[in-house]
Amino acid sequence: MEFMSPPPVRWLDPDREAPPAAAPGQHEPERTPEQAPVTQNGSAPATSFVSAPRRRVQASHFALDRMQIEDVSISYTENTAVRGANVKGKAAVRSVSLPVRQGEVLALIGPSGCGKTTLLRSLNRLTEMTRGASLEGRITLDGVDITTIEPTLLRRRVTMVFQQPNPFPMSVFDNIAYVLREMGSRRPRKRALEGPVLDALERAGLLEEVRADLDHPALRLSGGQQQRLCIARALAVQPEVLLLDEPCSALDPQSTQVIEDLIVRLREEVAVVIVTHNLQQAYRIADNVGFMYLGELVEYGTVGSVFGSPRQQRTRDYVSGAFG
Amino acid sequence: MSGEAVTTQTVIARHTRPVEASSTWRRTDRLGLAICWLLGLLFCAIAASIVIFMMVQGIRYLSPSLLVTRPTAGFSQSQTGGFLDPLIGTVVVALLGVAIALPIGVTIAVWLTEYGRPFALARAAESTIEMLAGIPDIVLALFGLLIFSSPILGFLSRTSGHVVFGRSFFAAGAMLSLVALPLIVGSTREGLQAIPAHIREASLAVGKTRFATIRRVLLPTARPSVITGTMLGLGRIIGDTAIIVVLLGATLTLNQAGGTPVISLLKGTGSTLTSFIYENAPTGEANQPNKAYAAAFVLLLVVLALNLCVDVVGRRGRVVSWSS
Repeated sequence: MEFMSPPPVRWLDPDREAPPAAAPGQHEPERTPEQAPVTQNGSAPATSFVSAPRRRVQASHFALDRMQIEDVSISYTENTAVRGANVKGKAAVRSVSLPVRQGEVLALIGPSGCGKTTLLRSLNRLTEMTRGASLEGRITLDGVDITTIEPTLLRRRVTMVFQQPNPFPMSVFDNIAYVLREMGSRRPRKRALEGPVLDALERAGLLEEVRADLDHPALRLSGGQQQRLCIARALAVQPEVLLLDEPCSALDPQSTQVIEDLIVRLREEVAVVIVTHNLQQAYRIADNVGFMYLGELVEYGTVGSVFGSPRQQRTRDYVSGAFG
Repeated sequence: MSGEAVTTQTVIARHTRPVEASSTWRRTDRLGLAICWLLGLLFCAIAASIVIFMMVQGIRYLSPSLLVTRPTAGFSQSQTGGFLDPLIGTVVVALLGVAIALPIGVTIAVWLTEYGRPFALARAAESTIEMLAGIPDIVLALFGLLIFSSPILGFLSRTSGHVVFGRSFFAAGAMLSLVALPLIVGSTREGLQAIPAHIREASLAVGKTRFATIRRVLLPTARPSVITGTMLGLGRIIGDTAIIVVLLGATLTLNQAGGTPVISLLKGTGSTLTSFIYENAPTGEANQPNKAYAAAFVLLLVVLALNLCVDVVGRRGRVVSWSS
């Protein structure tokens, strides 16, 4: 495992208006907890972006490369695809390269239909479910090309949570037990799964709220609880990477806050990639930010550099609210 | 301009009275309304008169003893016995038909909705099912007779020497399952299609196989639709006459074939309530109209009860819904 190798693309050019504050946070492999908050908050004034205080108070103690996205392009050959920017034969994602690290939250921001979700879905090969989608380039998980991993195994290591809270129409307990069970069987029995299920609920910060009604239908929970149940479900299989596709967009501010806290807490256990339309949210919880526009990764860097002193004009416009 | 005026009017109207007065409508609209009322009432009147007529006639002739005595040959009401055998026959035929149609129908529906590949074959199967729904049952009956009279299928009906009788509960049940099949397929497909795509992806995205997703998430969610389709199919099977008359033999009593307990019954011939009514109607061979009325009343009650079940299940089924 490699520690903190600089990402290969569009990295901040040190001799071209490099933000003095943002640089040390990213280039030094061993970040100290004290450095980070100062650097991230101190570099705000370059644009008109104003944000609430960041949720993460200190940088993660470590970061290890989990996934590498290498020069990935995804295009939809037919007009049957679900997501945006996929007119016949058009590339939804164009030669994007990114690292995904455990210990850090990677946020993908950008306007609708710019390939964020497509890129996210390609990380656990969900794009293959879309007819006519084709992928070029290479995505590796711990150094292994993901196309060589059997899809269900891959998706147990790289799990995903969706925009809509979508618990299955069964009890809270069964929602998680279902994920842990093999194939379509009912085994192992409830008793044997109790430990892992409660553990997953605990990690998602939901256990205290639902301990009394584990047998109640999951769809009776509130929206925020449902979404945390979905996160618990995704965590139950002990994944290495957790993909979040706008997990808070259907939720109220309070539930959003709970989930954001949860995401920041989780980043030490799993690598977290979050797609969000909400710039404030990206600023609050992310360590690294990738700005995607029309399928291209326009800018990638630490949250301080992308929001504080973006290199590209398009990024500057976007984070200052000129379009989006 | 006029649009605004209308809007204001409706707002005011909503405040003053809950329903818009039809007296303010144009003449053509009022005429349409009158026709709707007329046709609606006519329809209700026809349905009600059938039910009430059959009830009055049926209750007059129906006695509990009819339900438990077997039909016998005779020339008067007192000699001809009851309709225990047709009642048993109806139950057997219905169970047999559903037992064949349900697994096949659900499998076809799952294949069409969840896989749909190979594309051409799926489309062909789709239109075949639709065509099947349109085939008159007397045609199915004749075709069934042809099939089940073939020597290869001799084990499914009575045989004497090399001649295969071709008429049995097996034969009737198999052909009747074709009558129920389109209803089960249609209803199940509808139920599956109503499940949002992100539910399937949520299951796949945590490493579950397609099979597990279908078995544990999709089919349980679509269960109300499956039950509705089965009930409707059951209603069709119970009410079918042509296939029974042709394929179940012209005997009013159960005539078992062979010695094995259950198999002999299924290989044998018999009657159902519909064929009993057919035989006993004024135009039939037995010509005992009173018995026909009583049996028709029982048949009507069974079918009405089934329809009630469909309603109840349909209403219960709406509980499962995701916030959209």
